[in-house]
Amino acid sequence: MIATLMRVAWISLSRDRVAQALTFALPIAFFTIFAAVFAGQDMRTTPRVEAAVVDQDGSEYSRRLVMALKADRGLEVRTSHGRRGEAQTPLDRARAEALVRDGAVPVAVVLPKGMHVGFGPAEGAPPVELLSDPSDPVAPQIVMGLLQKAAMTAAPDLMVRSSLELFERYSGPLSERQREAIAAWEHVLRVQTAAQDSALRRAETEKDGGQPTRAPQDVAGTTDSGPIPVRVVDVMGEKRENPLIAFYAAGIGIMFLLFTCTGAAGSLLDEVDSGTLDRVLTSRAGMTGLLIAKWCFMAALGVLQLTVMFSYGALAFGLPLLEHLAGFAVMTAFSAAVVASFGLLIATASRTRAQLSGVSTIVILVISALGGSMFPRFMMSEGMQKVGLLTFNAWALDGFIKVFWRDAKLVELWPQLLVLSAFTVAFLTTARLLARRWEAA
Amino acid sequence: MTTLQVQTAFKTYGKVEALRGAALELGAGEMLALLGPNGAGKTTLVRAIAGRVRLDRGTIELLGEALSPASPRPALGVVPQEVALYPLLTARENLEAFGRLNAVSGSRLRERVKWALEWTQLAERSREPIKRFSGGMRRRLNIACGILHEPQVVLLDEPTVGVDPQSRERIYDMLSGLRAAGTSLLLTTHQLEEAEARCERIVILDRGLVIASGTLGELVRKTIGDSRDVTLRVDRPPRTPLVGFEADGADTTLRARVADVASDLPALLVRAQAAGCTIEDVSVRSPSLQSVFIHLTGRELRE
Repeated sequence: MIATLMRVAWISLSRDRVAQALTFALPIAFFTIFAAVFAGQDMRTTPRVEAAVVDQDGSEYSRRLVMALKADRGLEVRTSHGRRGEAQTPLDRARAEALVRDGAVPVAVVLPKGMHVGFGPAEGAPPVELLSDPSDPVAPQIVMGLLQKAAMTAAPDLMVRSSLELFERYSGPLSERQREAIAAWEHVLRVQTAAQDSALRRAETEKDGGQPTRAPQDVAGTTDSGPIPVRVVDVMGEKRENPLIAFYAAGIGIMFLLFTCTGAAGSLLDEVDSGTLDRVLTSRAGMTGLLIAKWCFMAALGVLQLTVMFSYGALAFGLPLLEHLAGFAVMTAFSAAVVASFGLLIATASRTRAQLSGVSTIVILVISALGGSMFPRFMMSEGMQKVGLLTFNAWALDGFIKVFWRDAKLVELWPQLLVLSAFTVAFLTTARLLARRWEAA
Repeated sequence: MTTLQVQTAFKTYGKVEALRGAALELGAGEMLALLGPNGAGKTTLVRAIAGRVRLDRGTIELLGEALSPASPRPALGVVPQEVALYPLLTARENLEAFGRLNAVSGSRLRERVKWALEWTQLAERSREPIKRFSGGMRRRLNIACGILHEPQVVLLDEPTVGVDPQSRERIYDMLSGLRAAGTSLLLTTHQLEEAEARCERIVILDRGLVIASGTLGELVRKTIGDSRDVTLRVDRPPRTPLVGFEADGADTTLRARVADVASDLPALLVRAQAAGCTIEDVSVRSPSLQSVFIHLTGRELRE
């Protein structure tokens, strides 16, 4: 008897493609996505970090430091700005900060004037500033580590000279013989450095298209843990107590909105099964009217759901909802609209409620992973981040992050709103075409 | 006056010819039964009238106006075979929803909903979600939702399927009320006794064609003629097969069809007694719709 029942279960599974996909394909898809996100193609590498570098010092040392940073395969360094094909202007601090604030780069390095005079804060050298975007807590740590590495390797001859000057200042002058020996060593270091400079230039030229470098195993975590002092500056201000709340409110909110809307859109299939759709279509309401009614309802439901989610975030976790009410309202409306249209698309593409349930679970989990609902996209490799942009929820999340992290004005949301609108129109049009099968045959 | 007219309706699905020139007429205040074996084309024809199927050829006229699938049909009510209602809504809410979808609103809607609740005898439970209703209650509400906008023609697809005899009686009482008010009803059913008892005219559809139509008497005359069915119950099976009977040797019920009862029946009785049987009971009756239906469509399964 047990064997018979097991056989029935096996035959049922073998004939249910959705169940097979949930059993085998979904875990593999998730494994692939998580592996790609957290490990890249090589377990020992981290994705390349974009960084703006401002050289206010203009010294030989700072020049070499910039070159070393540019040559590092773990970094994508920008030192100038301007449109393509036009003359490039070197970055200044304000421009670099704006780049970070706008989310163009997650971190900027400002090499201050006078940094070459010595090492360590005790010598009066001003600290290097690391302008960071708290929405990406990983990038500043990586850049800080690579900066300290570059500081050690970019100009060893200058570092020796500076160190000896400090030594003489506190211990008395060196003897003539000692000076001669050091001069000879300095000559060797200069030759080595010249060769290193040449290698760095080659490396910088060859870097594009190369693989990310191995991540530093022991990145500097504090401002005083390396040869040069570093001060980390949060360009978004220090006022945010729970900087990730907005991200997770949006991420979780959008993901569950997807489940809500596909579930609500499933009523269409219930109506097909019960004959109610037939009855509605014989009334004065046509298919277009029916779909619009369902879309409006689901979009309104979505607005309500996100409002509840963010209100709870504001009450329980101090999410600054009231300060960003206009941006929140706009992003919520557009996000709910696109998710509602996605729900209709999935429902009209499905033949049965069970199929809708299975397919929507798979699709929602995959696009939520790719789009950044489960973990921030900045943790993903460059390739995965680009793939994520193919999902509409990534654009919705970017919009919410712009509103809550970058204090973006409404007009600055136009790229996200444009893409979300395009997705909405495309989904609705496709859903309408798919729904033709329920009209007069 | 003809309220609904279908002429030479053709519809093909792939290689399957669902309709091959079907035609029918429905008069004002008439209840017409549309019968046919499974796959005969009844559902396709009804869906075409409702605008849910696009005919390849043929015309449909409602109250004298030619219809296309996209034409509005305010004069048509549709009662599907399924209980096509919103289960989480109450009876009143369902009536209001389908009323509004059929452009009934305001005070007229309130009046019609009140009337429908009384008509269906659901007034006392009008505020309960219909998922708690019995099958018969849902069926009655299903009909009410289809006629709330006071259509002149109503299509009813198996309106009594799956309900108990009391609910069936109530439903036919409701339909009789509609007929009395001048509404034309086109009823598809497999309940031949109901069609025989309740409908004025009968249309039999088979393989996409109307193969017979008329009153029961007309159908009998056209098919079987004026013969009568005779049934004898005997004490034992006849010793030898009896000429003129639908006999199977082991049965104690003997059936025969006679053209003239007065002359043929005594002969049958004599033959049965000569075969050693004692006659216990005799019944004579006109051929039923079932007989006509089987005569016209045969006994083989169509599925």
